[in-house]
Amino acid sequence: MATTTTSTAAVPAPPRAGRRSRRNVNTLPLMAPAVVLLFLWMIVPLVMTIWFSLEYYNLINGTPVTFAGLDNYRYMLTDPSLVTALLNTLYLVFWVLVITVGLGTLLAVLFDQEFPGRNIARLFAIAPFFVMPTVSALIWENLLMHPVNGLFAFFARSLGFQPIDFFGSMPLASVIMIVAWQWLPFALLILLTAMQSLDHEQKEAARMDGAKPLSMFFFIILPHLSRAISVVIMIETIFLLSVFAEIRVTTNGGPGLASTNLAYLIFQQALENYDVGLASAGGLIAVVLANIVAVFLVRAIAKNVAD
Amino acid sequence: MSSTARDKLVLTIVGWLAAFLIFFPILWMVVTSFKTEIDAIATPPKLAFSPTVENYAAVRERADYVHFALNSIVISVGATLLAILISVPGAYAMAFFPKKHTKDVLMWMLSTKMMPAVGVLVPIYLIAKNIGAIDTRWGLTAVYTLMNLPIVIWMLYTFFKEVPKDILEAGRMDGAKPKQEVWMLLMPLSLPGIASTALLSIILCWNEAFWSLNLTVSNAAPLTTFIASFSAPEGLFWAKLSAASTVAIAPILIFGWLSQRQLVRGLTFGAVK
Repeated sequence: MATTTTSTAAVPAPPRAGRRSRRNVNTLPLMAPAVVLLFLWMIVPLVMTIWFSLEYYNLINGTPVTFAGLDNYRYMLTDPSLVTALLNTLYLVFWVLVITVGLGTLLAVLFDQEFPGRNIARLFAIAPFFVMPTVSALIWENLLMHPVNGLFAFFARSLGFQPIDFFGSMPLASVIMIVAWQWLPFALLILLTAMQSLDHEQKEAARMDGAKPLSMFFFIILPHLSRAISVVIMIETIFLLSVFAEIRVTTNGGPGLASTNLAYLIFQQALENYDVGLASAGGLIAVVLANIVAVFLVRAIAKNVAD
Repeated sequence: MSSTARDKLVLTIVGWLAAFLIFFPILWMVVTSFKTEIDAIATPPKLAFSPTVENYAAVRERADYVHFALNSIVISVGATLLAILISVPGAYAMAFFPKKHTKDVLMWMLSTKMMPAVGVLVPIYLIAKNIGAIDTRWGLTAVYTLMNLPIVIWMLYTFFKEVPKDILEAGRMDGAKPKQEVWMLLMPLSLPGIASTALLSIILCWNEAFWSLNLTVSNAAPLTTFIASFSAPEGLFWAKLSAASTVAIAPILIFGWLSQRQLVRGLTFGAVK
């Protein structure tokens, strides 16, 4: 058990098994269903997207579909909204990661301590992870963040402040808040699990040696959590790059482009402007960008996870 | 002693406060669902009110909850079972008979998950339309199966790798055929891992809100679509919205709570212990 590598990168070569095994297994038929299906799921839409992206193809204006060359790409890449959407995407991913990993670490330390009812408190703390994004967006948008009747507006007024019009004045920050609330339990769950494998004797020894709580945190707990933190960052990034429902429900990407991320921008091109050609070019740009991020981030982190 | 007692008290208060704050939006939603619409938007918020179930009745009248819930269950469970069935042989092969390129195949599989769904929305939509898969249970099930396939195969792979090879080899010596080896040795031995894989896949399917909103209308619409129909309402609606939300998340929330221990292993691909 202890030697199991659950890696993203390094799969240990086990020549032993091959030699000792009486059966020389042909793995091709075993692999085929999953590989073929995934390949089709990837390549067919991709090829179609590339094809469409080279065409003038609008679903409503009725003009015949004609070859466009690279016009769609030229349009998308010189469109300032692409840059805005790209920055918004990165901004959202970055801040949600900072909030969830930061708070998640503190909460993991907290819930690692013994206190009465800890297990029940923990159940409550992880609940948001099971709430569907559409629901959490609706609840936050209306019940909590509504500028007149929302609970936050009431708190602000009781304290003598002007209620904040969350989605009008700070739309992207509001979306970040909602998304961070949803992903905080995920970070907490994983970091807590990692915390529990920390050797209590080690902590005790450090305390005997007079380590203060702060230095305990930075020199013992944090290094121990580094691998779990990598896992959190990797998995969250995959999902956060394509946040959609929360934006669709609350701000519709606005005001203006203030809360439009890449996923939402393409969605608008495709479904609201019915421009298949442009949307496909945008989709392809998104795929390329996502893969650049993925290569950088996942490769770097996968190494950490692998050791 | 008394200082440790005080520390414990502070710890308890902070712990419960943190849990309360995180859970609060859900709690507030459930409370609101039992208010009248007038009470729901009252400021200052009403804490003392006579609870009513009229919102639940209204939700039932407006949309057939059971229909949506059933779609959610059938599609989530169906897609999960399918994904596991497709993944087991591949994960078995990669875990026990790794070849030179196994690592690359695994990385490639995960990389397909990086493709933003919205980037391929148009082709998938057009394909689905052409083969008549729009607004059908099997159509959405197929999409969810493929969507979760990389994660399922990754997780099964890591769990299978934890199974001691010697046990499988002993079985082989005793004359177990490949099918028997997988079904009678590998599957029982890695049952907890398979369970946590299934749990995570079901939760991801249940809460998925991109494909369901774009590929279903009514027939095959799951609970995410049901909730979306409450997002653009007329007049007073907070209490009804809360009631609808409560019934939409209740099944998966309870399911998640019951299975949280299993879930953690699944969530991390077993990488954190």
